[in-house]
Amino acid sequence: MIKTDIIIIGAGPTGLFAVFEAGLLKLKCHLIDALPQPGGQCSEIYPKKPIYDIPGFPEVLAGDLVKNLMEQIKPFDPGFTLGERAETLEKLNDGSFIVTTSRGTKHHAPIVVIAGGLGSFEPRKPPIPVIGEYEDKGVEYIIRDPEVYRDKRVVIAGGGDSALDWSIFLADVASEVSLVHRRKDFRGALDSVEKVEELSKIGKINLITEAEVVDLKGEGNLDSVVIRHKGQASDEEVKVTDHFIPLFGLSPKLGPIGDWGLEIEKNAIKVDNTYDYQTNIPGVYAIGDVNTYPGKLKLILCGFHEAAIMCQSAYQRIFPDKKYVMKYTTVSGVDGFDGSRKEAKREVVKSIN
Amino acid sequence: MSDIKITIIDREGEAHVVDAPTDMNMNLMEVVRSHELAPEGTIGICGGMAMCASCQCYVLSHHHLLSEKSFEEEDMLDQAFYVEDNSRLGCQIFMTKELEGLAVKLAPEST
Ligand SMILES: Cc1cc2nc3c(=O)[nH]c(=O)nc-3n(C[C@H](O)[C@H](O)[C@H](O)COP(=O)(O)OP(=O)(O)OC[C@H]3O[C@@H](n4cnc5c(N)ncnc54)[C@H](O)[C@@H]3O)c2cc1C
Ligand code: FES
Repeated sequence: MIKTDIIIIGAGPTGLFAVFEAGLLKLKCHLIDALPQPGGQCSEIYPKKPIYDIPGFPEVLAGDLVKNLMEQIKPFDPGFTLGERAETLEKLNDGSFIVTTSRGTKHHAPIVVIAGGLGSFEPRKPPIPVIGEYEDKGVEYIIRDPEVYRDKRVVIAGGGDSALDWSIFLADVASEVSLVHRRKDFRGALDSVEKVEELSKIGKINLITEAEVVDLKGEGNLDSVVIRHKGQASDEEVKVTDHFIPLFGLSPKLGPIGDWGLEIEKNAIKVDNTYDYQTNIPGVYAIGDVNTYPGKLKLILCGFHEAAIMCQSAYQRIFPDKKYVMKYTTVSGVDGFDGSRKEAKREVVKSIN
Repeated sequence: MSDIKITIIDREGEAHVVDAPTDMNMNLMEVVRSHELAPEGTIGICGGMAMCASCQCYVLSHHHLLSEKSFEEEDMLDQAFYVEDNSRLGCQIFMTKELEGLAVKLAPEST
């Protein structure tokens, strides 16, 4: 069991900055994110795009903002559980919480902060009615262990970078790789597109373009996919296969957090913003894009502000008898948990005798 | 007044005639959001960058007045589900006076 002061669900900009604000109050944080990397939307959707409305940064790439946030919180040594979705929230008799992830990792803390943004990023599933029946029985949306596909027949669908990259990679692992894509053109890094073309010419990738997978077949496990070619509704091709891997990117979903008994309005968690961004479950806070209150703006800057306010309240919940007075970092400096200390140089005062 | 009237059929099939300003560089996805015609979190996920297809719609009128699809729009629609010949990304359709009377239908949410 991972023990900490604050469990933060979501390692987007809001969750990351909350680590810093908590650190100033000597509170330790552990972050959980469904994505394999920190940064939330900034890393997943637009890492190479510039942001213009972070105070003090006339222009900063989203990816660089995340890098800077990671650097800024380093002294506070946060823990990370990445690539796992927070699944359940359990309240113990002493008022503390256990958060368990999709892979069964348990986290225990007196405070839970949901900084889940638009939700956890989940694979987009093609609208094939029976697809759910074959999940993990031949249909996978994420390739975790490429060895699973050794000497197997694989059909990949999609036209983006991950469809191209995995087709190239599995061409050397699987006994047969087919790549199904709606158009002749692929969007993706030029060298990947060229490599796929090359592998297709020598027969290592079976390229099926202007086509879509429309149905799946098999008793229990998947044994074939039905492919429809553009403009030929009646002319369907049945392709025998062991695995079907649709790679159509990720889309955020509020997911299991929606079932935790929190007050939800328009896909967001209602909080008490006049005070501290606490939810209707005492000890559970919601900050950043995931919360809602009158006048809410979904901006990074607002998430940062909410993180600072939330931490003061969390501190008071953990230590009801202590009074903490807010200090400026310029005056008090920053004491890392690793023994590091940052502070402004003291003015040298020279007295004249 | 620089508003135009357009018709948006929501995902439940209900038609809404709404005012859309033409002087705010607003796109159709933003018009849908401002009138709350699709639940939060189901439209405009990429903020209008032709990167998510959550704003896909079927254009029922005024096709000839719409700007050509850009390479990015074409590419994104290629990755999307439920794509028809009249599919466009709402975030790439900007409100101009010429679009008075435009009618569109929101494509189903792709999960
Ligand atoms: C294209 C685009 C451009 C933008 N431009 C700007 C801009 O210029 N300026 C600006 O201020 N804002 C901008 N934004 C908005 C900004 O990105 C968000 O306000 C910001 O990312 C919110 O941060 P967050 O940490 O609250 O949530 P997110 O960044 O959404 O991070 C939330 C994280 O929580 C994780 N998560 C959710 N639920 C779970 C769960 N159950 N288990 C595990 N993990 C979970 C998700 O995987 C995600 O990584 C833009 C957004 C987009 C899409
Ligand atoms: S809002 Fe994402 S593609 Fe239009």
